[in-house]
Amino acid sequence: MEILSLRNVSKSFGSLTVTDDVSFEVEQGQALGIIGPNGAGKSTLFNLITGNLTSDRGAIRFDGEDVTRVPPMQRCLSGIGRSFQIPQPFDHLTVFENLLVAATHGQGKSEHEVQGDCARILEQTEMADVANDPAGGLRLLQRKRLELARAMATNPKLLLLDEIAGGLTDAECAALIDTIKGLHARGVTIIWIEHVLHALTSVVERLLVLDFGKVIGIGDPDEIMNSREVKEIYLGIDV
Amino acid sequence: MIWIDTIIQGILLGGLYALFAAGLSLVFGIMRLVNLAHGDLIVFAAYLILLLVSLLGLSPFLAVIIAAPIMFGVGWALQRHVLNRVLGPDILPPLLVTFGLSVVLQNALMEGFSADSQRLPAGDIATASVQVGGLNLGVLPLLTFASAILVIVGLNQLFYRTELGRAFRATSDDAVTAGLMGIRPDRIFATATAIAMLVVTLAALYLGMRANFDPNIGPARLIYAFEAVIIGGLGSLWGTLVGGVIIGVAQTVGAAINPEWQILAGHLAFLIVLLIKPRGLFPRALD
Repeated sequence: MEILSLRNVSKSFGSLTVTDDVSFEVEQGQALGIIGPNGAGKSTLFNLITGNLTSDRGAIRFDGEDVTRVPPMQRCLSGIGRSFQIPQPFDHLTVFENLLVAATHGQGKSEHEVQGDCARILEQTEMADVANDPAGGLRLLQRKRLELARAMATNPKLLLLDEIAGGLTDAECAALIDTIKGLHARGVTIIWIEHVLHALTSVVERLLVLDFGKVIGIGDPDEIMNSREVKEIYLGIDV
Repeated sequence: MIWIDTIIQGILLGGLYALFAAGLSLVFGIMRLVNLAHGDLIVFAAYLILLLVSLLGLSPFLAVIIAAPIMFGVGWALQRHVLNRVLGPDILPPLLVTFGLSVVLQNALMEGFSADSQRLPAGDIATASVQVGGLNLGVLPLLTFASAILVIVGLNQLFYRTELGRAFRATSDDAVTAGLMGIRPDRIFATATAIAMLVVTLAALYLGMRANFDPNIGPARLIYAFEAVIIGGLGSLWGTLVGGVIIGVAQTVGAAINPEWQILAGHLAFLIVLLIKPRGLFPRALD
């Protein structure tokens, strides 16, 4: 069953087309990676899916509903969760409280109802030992994990990860990959934008390449990475 | 003995200043809004209580119970329909609007109640005192101080133990991200100002029973409140109480030396603390 589909979605800022006739779909439980050079329109694509931007043309369907014109807060409530490229935790709240706030307001439930879920997410994202520390004092890996955990706390059907592995050391990156693999194994649908390719390809089953707002290729990660078009355009190798 | 008595009077007076300051601190902490009309809102609440007392013949303590929800509504409406419109990256518009509100309130009160000074009739409690270890302590100052502590305990519980409090703190940290989590910052701000007005009403009760008031005393109360908040360190309500106590003690000690020095001594104490600890005595760890 497909959970998300984009049909001929386009977005322009003035004369600059940042998303150009993009169509693809994501199956329930799948992990899709998105790569592309800087300025290819990857983050814009995320903003279109979350509703922070509205598309000029085309249709976006999520979980059986047309959400093309639905505002971001409602999309969050209906199950689209997002982590940001630059972590933006609530610094003066503890890690646990960060999750509580996201879970209660993101799902419209009471704190009592979501406490158990929040504790479980802390375990899954390996944040349980810092649960009562103020989020402002966390180091980068933990901040990234909190970003992931907070997105999870809104109980998303679809999790959007924006360059979550960037800036981490290899060991930290490996630890984060394990966490994401764990979430994926539990059936969370993931779309992941990433420059750290080995991180991405170790998790995702499908890869989408974006360049100048267009989909250059989508399919099996190995085939995509080895295709002539991708090597020419994305990796800049003259084949 | 006279000095101990003076210092204790000062500490109890600090409770009143902490009540002035708690609402200001709450609003500033959550939305970085400096409400220049805060003192005038206290005076406004005092007149509201006075009106209820004289129209309905209630005791001030009963009148407060009616005045508090009215002030709650005033705070909500003020934030929702006026102050939310001017909040933004530029701090000047809210300063101008609250300054204007201060002028409007003073003149409206002057128009409605004249410039005559008024007092809330406290009855026997105004002069009642208890004997503690050779010291005579006024019941009213003790009650004021106890109320300040209750308010601070209550606000801290609200902040750190409830869903609303967490939403307050999340919005205070980052209103935009809080919005993405499904929090409505405009409603959070309105609720915060409404709660601040409850504290303002209580402050008005003790202000009005302790001394005379007239429509023009608001700005001076605002300054005491500010000084208490800054001495304590922004974001710490217990710090605000300590700040209030420092100003209160400085004022009563100053007045004991020379009655003309009361106000000056309070401001001097504020300047000295600012020189030694520019971020206040109990600043937040992360800022």
